[in-house]
Amino acid sequence: MSLQSQDILRRSASPTQPPIAREHKVEVAKLIDVTTCIGCKACQVACSEWNDLRDEVGENVGVYDNPADLTAQSWTVMRYSEVEENGKLEWLIRKDGCMHCAEPGCLKACPSPGAIIQYANGIVDFQSEHCIGCGYCISGCPFNVPRINAKDNKAYKCTLCSDRVTVGQEPACVKTCPTGAIRFGSKDDMKAYAADRVEELKTRGYAQAGLYDPEGVGGTHVMYVLHHADRPQLYHGLPEKPAISPVVRLWKGFLKPLATVGLAASVLFGFFHYIGVGPNRADETDHEEDKA
Amino acid sequence: MSRERLIRRYGAAERINHWIVAVCFVLLALSGLALFYPAFFWLTGVFGTPQLARIVHPFVGVVMFLGFFRQFFRYWHHNFITRDDIRWMTSVKTVLLGGEVGDTGKYNGGQKGMFWLMTGCMLVLVISGIVIWRPYFAPAFPIPVIRVALLLHAWTALILIAGIIVHVYAALWVKGTMRAMIEGVVSEAWARKHHPRWYREKMQEAGHTEGGAPARQGKP
Ligand code: HEM
Ligand code: SF4
Repeated sequence: MSLQSQDILRRSASPTQPPIAREHKVEVAKLIDVTTCIGCKACQVACSEWNDLRDEVGENVGVYDNPADLTAQSWTVMRYSEVEENGKLEWLIRKDGCMHCAEPGCLKACPSPGAIIQYANGIVDFQSEHCIGCGYCISGCPFNVPRINAKDNKAYKCTLCSDRVTVGQEPACVKTCPTGAIRFGSKDDMKAYAADRVEELKTRGYAQAGLYDPEGVGGTHVMYVLHHADRPQLYHGLPEKPAISPVVRLWKGFLKPLATVGLAASVLFGFFHYIGVGPNRADETDHEEDKA
Repeated sequence: MSRERLIRRYGAAERINHWIVAVCFVLLALSGLALFYPAFFWLTGVFGTPQLARIVHPFVGVVMFLGFFRQFFRYWHHNFITRDDIRWMTSVKTVLLGGEVGDTGKYNGGQKGMFWLMTGCMLVLVISGIVIWRPYFAPAFPIPVIRVALLLHAWTALILIAGIIVHVYAALWVKGTMRAMIEGVVSEAWARKHHPRWYREKMQEAGHTEGGAPARQGKP
């Protein structure tokens, strides 16, 4: 979602600093309390409504997950996992979508200048008019979030309602949630609130309750309160230690300076070799004599 | 008498084939580097717009691969590496100072090495290129596989670009070589100096050991 902004922390494929007039902007966060979510999908609907998205009506695939996966038209999807814990069935429901990483793999991988930006408040946003459809963001993301739209070959994902947040409103999903399981505010406030929730869960027998704010991506601006924070994979494969893949780091990091040196060296070598040694000529006249 | 004697090295079909591959390569290298180096993103302009460059690059890649494939089957049997070629390769210093090493046939050790390097790179590029090709093929592969393919594609492209810089430089440095790929002929002197064994073979083929060149018809 393109917004005019002078508060940009990072901009994809841009070697120089983008406008960052207000670096002091408060970091925001969305806190999803998985333990109070009832799986009603009001947030899914609110997301489609506010963003005016129309996914195709799909088929029931035998579970509650519907649509079955994130798509370019469904930026958030409820994931339902049935697990047995302490001899009891537990129905773990997680609202899936972009985590708005502090170190976004999508942005690191993106080759198109300004197609992905990170605002000073932490929101990671796709600027679709600059998207070229290469899908590198999909390879960069540790959470498998971005999706390419078949109609326009552009990648889409949750914007954290950057348009609403800029004008001081909370994201649409937060506004809609009937149980208050989704909250929005400064990241500090959300962490403090989460700490209370975790305390309470511990008194209720969830000794491993905790906050999911993974360090491997520098923390996220969408966080979860989990009953089983020691095993996030229980929640439909939420990664335990997400990080930008080392393969992506190698590709986007070390390889570039190495390549620059290598290519520059081969061109310079050629140039100075020619100047130094001179062309390699076959003497066109010598054989006339030795033939004779 | 200064009439140049000429030997045919490449036929018209071979030359056209070579330049199709070469033009495709330049377009691919420029549009690919544009995606690799943020500061050179403007090079996507070789195909009009960034979006077009992203779309067209893989198709040009397929054309180049098919062209190279044809070249491979033209030349592979000239490119077996012999002990002489190894000696050539280990004597680069002499070579770089303009000396000749060994009784070189149609291709020298460096050219043969380059042939196999190009073959390897082309294979890796076409396979990895297909794995990362959106929207057609990439969705069929798991994300970790695509990541490795992206790394390999970029890496191999850079190795090939460096290789082609050497290839082009060698052709510019050794005077009379460009003519082989543009007009199809080389001078006898060129052949005798750089490819003596090939020169003798050509002479024998033509049925005479002196004088008349088995060259193209018409003007020299
Ligand atoms: C052989 C057939 C080839 C195919 C099918 C192919 C396909 C692709 C595809 C699908 C991409 C991703 C961007 C896009 O969708 O356009 C890409 C990127 C790229 N290609 Fe190719 N390509 C081929 C050959 C080449 C060659 C010969 C070079 C250069 C010598 C090259 C250099 C690159 C580079 C540097 C990138 C960007 C990688 C990055 O962003 O790090 N490709 N190619
Ligand atoms: S979750 Fe994926 S798409 Fe969202 S900011 Fe992180 S890397 Fe980007």
